[in-house]
Amino acid sequence: MLRFVVQRLVVAIPTLFVVVTAAFFMMRAAPGNPFSTDRKLPPAIEKNIAAKYHFDRPLYVQYAEYVGGVLHGDLGPSLKYRDKSVLDIIGQNWVVSFKIGAVAFVLMVVLGVSLGVIAALRQNGPADYTVMSIAILGICIPTFVTAPLLQLVFGSELGWLPIGAWDGGALPNLVMPVIVLAAPQVAIISRLTRAGMIEALHSNYVRTARAKGLPEFEIVVKHALRAAVLPLVSYLGPAFAGLMTGSLVVEKIFGLPGLGKFFVNSALQRDYTVVMGMVIFFAALVILLNLVSDVLYAILDPRVRLA
Amino acid sequence: MSLATLTSRSPETAALMERAVKGRSLWDDARRRLFRNRGAVASMIILGVMVLLAVIGPLLVPYAYDEINKNDVWVGPLTNGHLLGADALGRDLLARLFTGLGVSLAIGAVATAVSLVIGVAWGAIAGYFGGVVDEVMMRIVDVLYSLPYIFFVIILMVTFGSNFILLFVAIGAVQWLTMARIVRGQTLSLKQKEFIEAARAIGLSRMAIISRHIVPNLLGPVVVYVTLTIPGVILAESFLSFLGLGVQPPMASLGTLINNGAQDMELAPWLLIFPSIFMVVTLMCFNFIGDGLRDAIDPKDRWQSLSCLCGRGPPAVRRRSACSCPSSRA
Repeated sequence: MLRFVVQRLVVAIPTLFVVVTAAFFMMRAAPGNPFSTDRKLPPAIEKNIAAKYHFDRPLYVQYAEYVGGVLHGDLGPSLKYRDKSVLDIIGQNWVVSFKIGAVAFVLMVVLGVSLGVIAALRQNGPADYTVMSIAILGICIPTFVTAPLLQLVFGSELGWLPIGAWDGGALPNLVMPVIVLAAPQVAIISRLTRAGMIEALHSNYVRTARAKGLPEFEIVVKHALRAAVLPLVSYLGPAFAGLMTGSLVVEKIFGLPGLGKFFVNSALQRDYTVVMGMVIFFAALVILLNLVSDVLYAILDPRVRLA
Repeated sequence: MSLATLTSRSPETAALMERAVKGRSLWDDARRRLFRNRGAVASMIILGVMVLLAVIGPLLVPYAYDEINKNDVWVGPLTNGHLLGADALGRDLLARLFTGLGVSLAIGAVATAVSLVIGVAWGAIAGYFGGVVDEVMMRIVDVLYSLPYIFFVIILMVTFGSNFILLFVAIGAVQWLTMARIVRGQTLSLKQKEFIEAARAIGLSRMAIISRHIVPNLLGPVVVYVTLTIPGVILAESFLSFLGLGVQPPMASLGTLINNGAQDMELAPWLLIFPSIFMVVTLMCFNFIGDGLRDAIDPKDRWQSLSCLCGRGPPAVRRRSACSCPSSRA
């Protein structure tokens, strides 16, 4: 098991390195720089700024300096928010993204699995049809459609929930962002669970369990569900990536002060260090979650342990 | 003995003979199954209509998509000759919808074509050459797979400006990974087949074997995946447009229309609702067709399909439960 984890980590490190390199040179290839304004700055000032942020050195030197900084845990200062470092920005704003992400994650797993199990147990019945129709809709309706529609109905027409804003993470402010974020994932997870459950329910070991006269609940939860959630575990990584891209949209629509805003704005403003910081942060998270789901899979399914 | 002599002898034998000669190819079977799937057929018809509307629709509307009418700002549907109303600049929504639909479909098609070319070439070469080549090429895919790709598209768009062609390439270039994996897997199993061995025996070069024998036989799974990639691409483009990085005004895509509609939704909800409907219907059609194709071409995982709500599960399951789904009776 330890070997497996180490193996995966060995792959993860070059991956992260590729991410940093690609993002660095892509950002630098972009026309303009963080300090280009409509009015041209006097050359002396321009020179001073370039010297301060080492922009006057060759690109490969800047790259080496940046990578060196990252290895020491220093993501550099923000070039636009003068008094903040990249770590400050991430540190001050990740809580919002994390909170809606985490709640949505729990919601999607719990709701998705329960709906999938119900659909599988009532295969071809009305409950199954309902769940699967909702799932199709959930997959086909993008977040940037559901979010404004929900705002329109529950926010402005009915006035039940606040249309946007964070308000310190108050519960009513969380409801809509979380639902929007979780909906497509709930749909995918319920389909995965349903497919897995149906296969498991018709397997020989479930028949054996039935023959032994075990109570239905025990059969479903202890025997069938265990096998059925396996494919789900390997879906964890991609699901997280989905939540992340979703949160870019959700944070924008609901005006939440999360990390998503910084990513797009910084890229547009050529705030090199902030963009790099975001890319590293999210790439590391995605890679970590992929690793976790691989390891979990290996623990749960002995057949792949040495793969 | 030719068919003609048979016909002169007995029409019955001829009929029998003809049926025997015709036979049913794999693709005939697939087509039959596909056309028996009501969801997929309906989706194909709807999609056909959509494509037609995107092409000739702009000619049918009396307004151009970028025509500004000062008197028609935010007029509702069915007023002043605007069938679906007009937006904040008095531009006709229907005209913009048709144009936007065309743009979204075009991006879907072109970006998918890009991913198709890269993915098939990559996967087939990796799978056929095997060994170190395979190891290196697939490791690259693994690395790229774990990147948060939408970030890279965003950086790409920012880097090179939101130009149309780049948008195609940027989205296509990040969508080829799954294609490469699917193709490699298929190639690995095709490689063992006798006809490849025969091709090698008569001295064909490796690239010739790949392009003439391997790639044509990959068609099935590739076609299925392509139909499922198109909606993904359309979604990705809309997503970028939503963040202001996609198609630039006055050009429209479904994503920009939804984005603009969302901004004005309290004053003019139709600006949000109609583009959303178009978007959802388009995505749904592609998903249904993709699932229908998968059922048709690769019947062994039919129970995972989305278009057919019942009749899932292995054959043993289906025998037990009476099912009214058209495709499961095939």
